[in-house]
Amino acid sequence: MKREAPKSLADYSPLFFPGLMLIVFFVVPFSTMIAVSFFQRDPSGFYTPDFVFSNYARFLSLFFGKVLGFSLVLAVMVAICCVVIAFPFTYLLTKRPRKVQTIWLVCLLSVLSLSEVIIGFAWSTLFTRTAGITNLFVAIGLMKEPVALTPSFWAVLTGMVYQALPYTILVLYPALVRLDPTLLEAARTLGASPVRAFMNVVVPALRNTIVATLIMVFVFALGSYLLPQILGRPSHWTLSVLITDQAIYQSNMPFAAAMAVFLVLMSLALVGLTLLVGRKENAL
Amino acid sequence: MSGLVLKDITKSFGNFTAVDTANLSVPHGKFVCLLGPSGCGKTTLLRMIAGLEDPSSGAILLDGTDITPVPTHKRNLGMVFQSLALFPHLTVGDNIAYPLRIRGASREEQKKRSDELLKLIHLPGFADRPVAKLSGGQRQRVAIARALALSPKLFLLDEPLSALDAKLREAMQVELRQLQQRLGITTFVVTHDQREAMTMADLVVVMGNGKILQAAPPIDIYRKPADAFVADFIGMTNLLDAEVDRAGRVSVLGQAIAGLTIPEGLTKASVSIRPEDVHLGSVGGDAISGTVTFVRDLGGTIETFVETGGKTIIAVATPRERPDVKAGQQVGVTLPAQSCVVLKS
Ligand SMILES: Nc1ncnc2c1ncn2[C@@H]1O[C@H](COP(=O)(O)OP(=O)(O)O)[C@@H](O)[C@H]1O
Ligand SMILES: [Mg+2]
Repeated sequence: MKREAPKSLADYSPLFFPGLMLIVFFVVPFSTMIAVSFFQRDPSGFYTPDFVFSNYARFLSLFFGKVLGFSLVLAVMVAICCVVIAFPFTYLLTKRPRKVQTIWLVCLLSVLSLSEVIIGFAWSTLFTRTAGITNLFVAIGLMKEPVALTPSFWAVLTGMVYQALPYTILVLYPALVRLDPTLLEAARTLGASPVRAFMNVVVPALRNTIVATLIMVFVFALGSYLLPQILGRPSHWTLSVLITDQAIYQSNMPFAAAMAVFLVLMSLALVGLTLLVGRKENAL
Repeated sequence: MSGLVLKDITKSFGNFTAVDTANLSVPHGKFVCLLGPSGCGKTTLLRMIAGLEDPSSGAILLDGTDITPVPTHKRNLGMVFQSLALFPHLTVGDNIAYPLRIRGASREEQKKRSDELLKLIHLPGFADRPVAKLSGGQRQRVAIARALALSPKLFLLDEPLSALDAKLREAMQVELRQLQQRLGITTFVVTHDQREAMTMADLVVVMGNGKILQAAPPIDIYRKPADAFVADFIGMTNLLDAEVDRAGRVSVLGQAIAGLTIPEGLTKASVSIRPEDVHLGSVGGDAISGTVTFVRDLGGTIETFVETGGKTIIAVATPRERPDVKAGQQVGVTLPAQSCVVLKS
């Protein structure tokens, strides 16, 4: 079938609505943020329009570099943990009877309704010395005495994985449900053990889904600013925490905007890199 | 004994019995067609032979050893799925070499074997293509080659040709049969197409409602069907009621058939007669008279539908054998006793 090029303005009409949405909800706010990042801070008020690089210059320090690095590493770890846990889990879930699947999915959806604050405080209670899960470990003889697990890096990671896991499962679910089960059976008849067949067939057949999910969780984790504060020490604070701090408590909008722009650019670069590597491997 | 033996295999899903006490014994090197209407348990039986489904009861023996507890990946078999199940992320060559890769064969060995198999399925030089770029018939062959890569003891195919168009299907039937004969491999093919079964099989296993109704060479199934279901399912047939009168003569449709006997003690039975055995002639004599209701002239054969005594009898003949008959015409139908198969009714 040959596609005709759009001729009149009316031919472009299906694009108007999405275009408008994109402008109102994305282009305008993002441009505003970029503009603000070049403004001058006014200590007595808010900010004054200007075109200075001082906000970016201030950012180029070892301290902020470390925070940025930590944020990216944390987000990558959350993404990997989520996919590594969610992928086999979702796969096994799709093998259960329909009813069981529905119950699980409803439970997962209800976890999504929990706010980040509730998740943060629930985990911080679970990780305390006096009332936390370590008391349970002591009771069953795994540990000598209860310890506090928070604040720590692992507490932050656990909380963030917990928060992102339902999203991960819900994103993976449709692809895994649609996967032809005979692919796995074929691998088994050809001599592959069930685990081997899973690794050889299911994982590569869903490569693109896995990469897309990794990116989604990564971006999601990058924006988390409450959990690091509730469950971690200041050294575990992410760039998002600092941005919030600058924007809300220090009233330094231009600097917060500069950091946000930088964060967006860095994550875009990382996502682009992932896709590029994926494309290369696909071509092989 | 050597070969594959199914002993009282039953498979239930909940309280639904998909396969009901199936017994079968297949010597090595035979081509078996599992034939039956959709939903009769053919796929389930094949999957149990493959180990993809556990029988609820019964045992599967291969050369005298019970393989029922052996997991699929240790059974040394090749299977072609209805969906073909080619791995979309691998090339044609890598698909075929996958079982060798599992067993740790070197890259060169894998390449050598896949090239060998590609030659066998008449697709040389296709090794580096992605499977998505193949036509239906080509995928079919690749799936077959992959299943045969390790020269398995058992070759199982689930409706392998059903996705192909009629012409290609007929060609592939012949090709598959020739391939099997060349390799001498014990083969099970599931099909619901009796023509396909007749073309390929040494042994046709007719199933209905989860039961094996008859297992015999194709021509025996055709000529001596075990019951009315088999007779009806395999090719076209006329199923007629037979009655025995006081003098012991057997009559069909009110006309005594000379030389036809039915088992002692029975007063009623069914008779199956193939359309090509029905003779049409002029009215009178021993012939059953009837009215032609429809003539289907297919060029190569002519099917004539004759109504008599509330029943429709179909007669098939080649154009040379029969003078023209037209709808509405009166004809005499003769049923030769030696062509009638008596079945319990
Ligand atoms: N996993 C299963 N769970 C429940 N019922 C099944 C399952 N597999 C097959 N069946 C049922 O068993 C019957 C036989 O199926 P199948 O062997 O696929 O038939 P065929 O291949 O002859 O068309 C069907 O009625 C089907 O619904
Ligand atoms: Mg089937």
